[in-house]
Amino acid sequence: MNAPLLDVKASQTLSFVDCDIHPVQRSLADLFPYMGARWIEHAKSIGPHIRQGLSSMQAHPRMMAAGQRADAYPERGGPPGSDLALMQRQHLDPAGVEIGMLVSLSKGGMEERNTDYARALSHAVNDWQIEDWVRKEPRLRAGVVVPQDDPDFAAQEIRARAGDPSFRQVILSPRSIEPLGRKRYWPIYEAAQECDLPLGLHPAANGAHPSTGSGWPTFYMQEHYAFGTNMHGNLVSMVFEGVFERFPRLKVALIESGFTWIPAMCWRMDRHWERMRHEVPHLKRPPSEYVREHFWFATQPMEEPENPVHLPEIIDWIGWDRLMFSTDYPHWDYDDPRYCIKFAMTDAQRSQLFGDNARALYRL
Amino acid sequence: MTKHVVASADELQPGQRKLVNAGGREIAVFNIAGEMFALANRCPHGGGPLIEGYVTGLALSSRPGEYRLARENEFLRCPYHGWEFELRTGQSYCDPKSVRARQFSVHVEHGEELAKGPYAADRFEVAREKDYVVVEV
Repeated sequence: MNAPLLDVKASQTLSFVDCDIHPVQRSLADLFPYMGARWIEHAKSIGPHIRQGLSSMQAHPRMMAAGQRADAYPERGGPPGSDLALMQRQHLDPAGVEIGMLVSLSKGGMEERNTDYARALSHAVNDWQIEDWVRKEPRLRAGVVVPQDDPDFAAQEIRARAGDPSFRQVILSPRSIEPLGRKRYWPIYEAAQECDLPLGLHPAANGAHPSTGSGWPTFYMQEHYAFGTNMHGNLVSMVFEGVFERFPRLKVALIESGFTWIPAMCWRMDRHWERMRHEVPHLKRPPSEYVREHFWFATQPMEEPENPVHLPEIIDWIGWDRLMFSTDYPHWDYDDPRYCIKFAMTDAQRSQLFGDNARALYRL
Repeated sequence: MTKHVVASADELQPGQRKLVNAGGREIAVFNIAGEMFALANRCPHGGGPLIEGYVTGLALSSRPGEYRLARENEFLRCPYHGWEFELRTGQSYCDPKSVRARQFSVHVEHGEELAKGPYAADRFEVAREKDYVVVEV
């Protein structure tokens, strides 16, 4: 099981880049200043039309505190992640966040079936990130949220936002209508590569299909595990469809999806390629080389092997230049940078994991 | 071991909890149905503030399909990752041998007794006629 904490001395606290912070609206009304009268009226009288029934509820009950840190509910009301002052007091200041990457989930249109409404929501969420967060808190950086299943608009929104250096990546949902390697999504990749913005893939609560290949999960534990398998499918799709042959400068960050599975996935893909390469002649190199070159991985939820020293061995296989620390504030599975790493690192490795890798990927 | 007077007893009535500082340590004190428990306010798994935890029982099952809630109010769930700790021992349910919350001895003492000393009370005067919560660190 999990080993107890080592005693962390004050001298070990550090400043770091947090690659996964979730800001959220107190309610949809927070987006109204950025939406225009037609879509405000739509939101009020029709509401969301995401791809599941009971759309005001989550697909799975999420344990205590509704999947949030139980101590992260603002005193003034509203959901965790909706109060900048609390985020500063509870997370940015005490944990030592130097730069925080915002990953704005939920109302950004990624899960919305009405594509015109999705456009209005994405555009509003991108304005809102800048006006309500980044301008008020200079440590934060935004991510261009796009509705992945409307690739033409997504590409247009990426190009429109790329001139603002506050946007450091493109956020799209891995629970898309088709696996993300499919050519329908390539206009998004063309724009992202052109604008030198990495893609950030973060698990979504809702999507076009059940969260596992064998159907809807029963328990939140299953749903949470599916964050990884969902990403397996998208990584393999992007590699085998030839995305990285077509877009050789495209970079992808997998956020909140685990990372210990990467080496085994690469071994398996390489064995398949040796035997079945002729099915995908557009691939010029072993699949693992595309992964090694194009993918980065955010650490949270930190993998917790029974013996913590097994973890650095696995990171050796992935590459120390590819892991980026993340906390997932304010969600229940928050990783505290002071306590969640239970193995020894060299100073160079620590520096890579806690900031250098993210600075290089996102040009921070 | 030093006795620290950390609260007056009327601040910690049954069902109440209080984060206190004793000897430089943050300690989460709980009054569960009249019984006092004191734990270090840092989860041994991931550092979560235990004072914000959820006091509950254990969901148990003898076999799939048969469920019961046992030992109500004897466990505290961390507000971050939900690790379950037995309030009485500090042991975690899933890994009791190696992951346990640091425990402190805590009891209620009358001001008359406390006046005989020695004790430390950093923040308030101790009156002889009142009861106080005392943590030993």
